[in-house]
Amino acid sequence: MGVVKGDQMILNIGPQHPSTHGVLRLEVMTDGEIVSEIRPHLGYLHRCFEKHSENVTYEQVIPFTDRCDYLAAMNSNFGYVVAMEELMEIKVPERVDYIRIIMGELNRIASHLLALGVYGLDIGAFTPFLYMLRDRERILDMFEYTCGARLLYNYMWVGGVSHDLPKDFEKICIGFLDYFEPQIEEYNNLLTYNKIFVERTADVGVIPADVAVSYGVTGPNLRGSGVKWDVRKDEPYSIYDRFEFDVPVGDGHFGTLGDCFDRYWVRMLEIKESVKILRQALKDIPGGDVHQMLPKKIRPPKGSVYRRTESPRGDLGYYIMSDGTPTPYRVKMRSPAFTALSVLDEVSRGWMISDVIAILGSLDIVLGEIDR
Amino acid sequence: MTVDMLMDWFATIGDFPILSFLLAVVISGVPLFLVMALNAMVAVYVERKVSAFMMDRIGPMGQGPGLHAGKWGLLQTAADAVKLLVKEDTIPETSDKLLFKMAPFIIFIGAFLGLAAVPFSSVLQVADFNVGVFYIIAVGSIGVIGIVMAGWASNNKWSLYGAMRSAAQIISYEIPAGLSIIIPIMMAGTMNLQEMIHFQEGNVWGILPNWIIFNNPFTFIAFFIFFISAVAETNRTPFDIPEAESELVAGWMTEYSGFRWAVFFLSEYANMLVVSGLAVAGFLGGWQSPIPGMFDTGAWGLFWFMSKLIFLIFVMMWFRWTFPRLRVDQLMHVCWKVFIPIAMFNIFGVGIWKLIFG
Repeated sequence: MGVVKGDQMILNIGPQHPSTHGVLRLEVMTDGEIVSEIRPHLGYLHRCFEKHSENVTYEQVIPFTDRCDYLAAMNSNFGYVVAMEELMEIKVPERVDYIRIIMGELNRIASHLLALGVYGLDIGAFTPFLYMLRDRERILDMFEYTCGARLLYNYMWVGGVSHDLPKDFEKICIGFLDYFEPQIEEYNNLLTYNKIFVERTADVGVIPADVAVSYGVTGPNLRGSGVKWDVRKDEPYSIYDRFEFDVPVGDGHFGTLGDCFDRYWVRMLEIKESVKILRQALKDIPGGDVHQMLPKKIRPPKGSVYRRTESPRGDLGYYIMSDGTPTPYRVKMRSPAFTALSVLDEVSRGWMISDVIAILGSLDIVLGEIDR
Repeated sequence: MTVDMLMDWFATIGDFPILSFLLAVVISGVPLFLVMALNAMVAVYVERKVSAFMMDRIGPMGQGPGLHAGKWGLLQTAADAVKLLVKEDTIPETSDKLLFKMAPFIIFIGAFLGLAAVPFSSVLQVADFNVGVFYIIAVGSIGVIGIVMAGWASNNKWSLYGAMRSAAQIISYEIPAGLSIIIPIMMAGTMNLQEMIHFQEGNVWGILPNWIIFNNPFTFIAFFIFFISAVAETNRTPFDIPEAESELVAGWMTEYSGFRWAVFFLSEYANMLVVSGLAVAGFLGGWQSPIPGMFDTGAWGLFWFMSKLIFLIFVMMWFRWTFPRLRVDQLMHVCWKVFIPIAMFNIFGVGIWKLIFG
């Protein structure tokens, strides 16, 4: 490929395009169908999250975090409240920890389902997408049952959660898991083992482990390259150290280690691990109160904290600096999707336009989180 | 046959050859256009429903009085058609306006001409050429000119990519399709579609109908190569790279809207009909009954032909809603390195088979 050098053509993918996963604009230099360079242009969804946060109270930052990673809003909340509690050095009731983990893992499944389904859509398979959305719907129903919202929850508060779980939530959740687990095999039969799907993803867009690490790629994208790094395991927060689960890594299942298929496959395996965690959490969940008594206006002591958590997209870090007033001095969010997007140029060079779409899809970016 | 029959009939009234030819063409052409439009209407509805059932949805449904899509959404395509007719027809400022307007016509002509030779039954066929197979293959390639024209005239990079991909794809896949359709010609010793179907009368090995697909192993393989190439020629998933919604927005159709776009749509479904019709006539016994000697009189011929046709179109829809899309180079790989060698080998195989077994 690329032996004959023709004139370069600039192709503008986005901001309105079916598969840019939000409002991303890619300036692609192409030689025929071969891509020689990609310049991503960001900021179409910039909502001044960090600057806004400096003008509201600590509690009021939480709804903003929802709107960053809107596909995994629970995990965005989770990271922020864990960081806040670390800054304030408070301990939440045990039930709260369990509820948070249940919600976080359910949202991880929902987010991965969307990522995998949309990935099928990027490759051209429409049907698996709707199967996965059908099951995601049931998770959203559970969220709605718990806190009234389906997408942006504002569920986790500093020192607790907004509502206790409904009485029959555990039964519903176990029922869902029993229904859901066999579905994973259905997805695999429908999409994963499809010959055309494997042809399109295996060996395509390989991110070697050293490149992934040097770009700061995290989460399933990093694990797809074979690096076993999961914040839940390696730097446990909340009560993740109590649960038994594996950290799946890519193994070059059908092609090279770190290709699009590995990233896809790691997500599929992670869904299974999340189901495992959920079953343990639902079994051990204690009773009790879900609110920690806190003053109406939170005034954390002077100082700063950086806490990273494992969102479905990778290391989601919050840096919070307090000057002792009710509003934060600085809130900085370390976005996993941003680093994933930055590796796109290096990985996509020499591949075709169709592959760029496949690689972009396999990185599973959310523009709300990149632009903030 | 209709055109010939009408002309013979006119000849008995008086001697005005040019006028009678024109009259005969119009009289048989208008129903053909209606068939094409009806086919698109029905196929769009079926496609919606088939895709819905495959996706665990219910598809268009009507409920309650007032403006709605009729019972079971039966009026959905009518609503679609009305929407397309009243939609604003936009032509990009920088496009080549003449070519932009001409392209839908050319694509339409390609599909329409092909339909003229499809033998719906032993009498229902607009034009019974002595080179019917050759004719369908030939007019089938007219469409690609329109596609390239549309892509170039739109002055849009997505359209250009789509058109280039489409041209490469259709021209490539015509070769395995052509090489495979040679096999029925070799077997029947004729290019006339009616004679080819008459050749497939009776049964083989006592049980199976004497269709060319069941004649010998090589013809069996040839049918699948022909059918897959036909799917590729009609630009449908998994070979829909010229449209490639997630990559090229809408490929060569990106800039088209309203009725011009509807014409593309009409032609796509008509093309499906033509290639499936050729596959049915060439390999699946045309309007012959699957149980030799039974249900093969009069209107049964039309029934069998349409059943086989609809089944093949359903298979195309089945492909579309289950498979992902191939990449351009993989598509070419399949065509040039897999299908063409097998198709070539098939021709030798059938030749030797005919030499040995008769």
